[in-house]
Amino acid sequence: MNDLLSVENLTFENCHGKRWQHKEKRFTLGPVNFSIQAGETLAIVGANGSGKSLLAKLLVGLERPDSGSIYLNERKLEQYDNKHRVLNIRMVFQNSNESLNPGITLGSILEEPLKLNTNLDGRARIIKVEETLRLVGLLPEHRFFYRHMLSDGQKQRVALARAIILNPQVIVADEPFAALDPSVRSQTVNLLMELQRELGLGFIFISHNLGIVRHISDKILVMKHGKVVESGKTEVIFHWPKDEYTKRLVHAHQALINGQD
Amino acid sequence: MPRLNLYQEEFYPSPIQNTWKEFKENHAAVVSLYCVIFFIFIMIFGPFLAPFDPLQQHIDFLLVPPAWDNNGDISHLFGTDGLGRDMLSRILYGCRMTFGISLLLVVVSMLIGVALGAMAGMSKGFRSSMVNHLLDSIMAIPTLLIAIIIIAIVGTGLVNSMWAISLALIPQFIHQTRDIVRQKMKKEYVLAAQLDGAGKVHIFFNSILPNMAEMLVVQVTLALSVAILDISALGFLNLGAQAPSPELGALLSEGLSTAYVTPWNIALPGAAIFFMMMSINLVGDGLRSALRYRLLR
Repeated sequence: MNDLLSVENLTFENCHGKRWQHKEKRFTLGPVNFSIQAGETLAIVGANGSGKSLLAKLLVGLERPDSGSIYLNERKLEQYDNKHRVLNIRMVFQNSNESLNPGITLGSILEEPLKLNTNLDGRARIIKVEETLRLVGLLPEHRFFYRHMLSDGQKQRVALARAIILNPQVIVADEPFAALDPSVRSQTVNLLMELQRELGLGFIFISHNLGIVRHISDKILVMKHGKVVESGKTEVIFHWPKDEYTKRLVHAHQALINGQD
Repeated sequence: MPRLNLYQEEFYPSPIQNTWKEFKENHAAVVSLYCVIFFIFIMIFGPFLAPFDPLQQHIDFLLVPPAWDNNGDISHLFGTDGLGRDMLSRILYGCRMTFGISLLLVVVSMLIGVALGAMAGMSKGFRSSMVNHLLDSIMAIPTLLIAIIIIAIVGTGLVNSMWAISLALIPQFIHQTRDIVRQKMKKEYVLAAQLDGAGKVHIFFNSILPNMAEMLVVQVTLALSVAILDISALGFLNLGAQAPSPELGALLSEGLSTAYVTPWNIALPGAAIFFMMMSINLVGDGLRSALRYRLLR
């Protein structure tokens, strides 16, 4: 089976400060290699500042990699081929509150990607928006609502709707569950898994919560200081971690679960 | 699947209806809105309402007091001035001139200022900071002073004073717009719009402009009061509108020569300016809080 998305030797070097200030402290990411197939879930775990969000930004094209390449359906994504990338790789932000525009209705927020990337007319756009809202478990009437009228869980659903409205193949989510309380979190997780099953999405997500990671992901990428320390199938990593850092992560998680029993 | 509509009577107000709902709560602002509408009405239909030509001199009626005075005459409701010109007609024409010109100036300088400010805010680096610091230095000088300096260079006259005032108003719009655009450009929803493939122009009109309304209302209110005051001040100083023209500031300065004999000749144009300023400021204030609460409740 062909890979949906594969990343080869992706690197990125972040120089702090201006060019004339010779600062020693530099952050280098990578080289990163991974691939996922349609319907698969890849989880990226690691400590704060290990370059997880940066990797997500590189994938969706907000930052330019220094070297390496990203292939979507075996086709290389060029830096300026934004149209192709926008249509197929969509991002869900960590803070859904901030990623929704407070001044316009949810309908216009969701219509924006359609306006920019499709040839649908006004009526068809509204139908598509209503369909998508229903798909994420909201009402069609929610398109008249503003950001401040929604609860956090509903905002997360809207952020998800915004990601899937263009029928993408890959969704990149940067800690989509971090700000949610446990019940809403499990609702959202189930919603995501359901959507993934229905639409056959490849799903890349960043999380601190190893419980969720173990529950929904097929593969794991463990990162530390910008380097990939371990990657592989979820069950393999949880049962036989090789790297010291991964071992500690898994043990901490196990201790937490066993402590609760 | 047929569209399921559970609540037939459910009604989703548009943004404008929402704003009006909040605006209605503030009674002072609503009264002021009627006042502003009255001035706009005068601005448009003033010539049809005025009983006489504002420049026509009635030789038999010199310095007649207003109609409610014992010596007043009902044919001249607000009395006449030293040359026998009907004050009511002059004030109606004066409101039309002062208010209309200020409105025009503010709209023009808003369009130019917001366009330039948006460009400055979206660009980065040297160009943007140059615009910023250049305008900061201009904003340190009061607009009236800038207007007087410009008039000193190009000469007196109503058209010249209009140029001067709009040039003096533009920097404030540029500065405020630039600030707010830079602030909003850092927000995550702009990032999200970029990921939708939006260009700069699209981001400005669709993501930033809807969030700029509050700032624009405050700025337009301020600019409108500044423009009215400056137009009348320049008219009063004989730098703007010249003597026979019925501009409110010019009316004041003409009335000043006979102030002790006919105090109504300065009281009435002064009151017109006062009501204009007050209603504009109250409407602006009410509109600003309505726009803010629209997105909170």
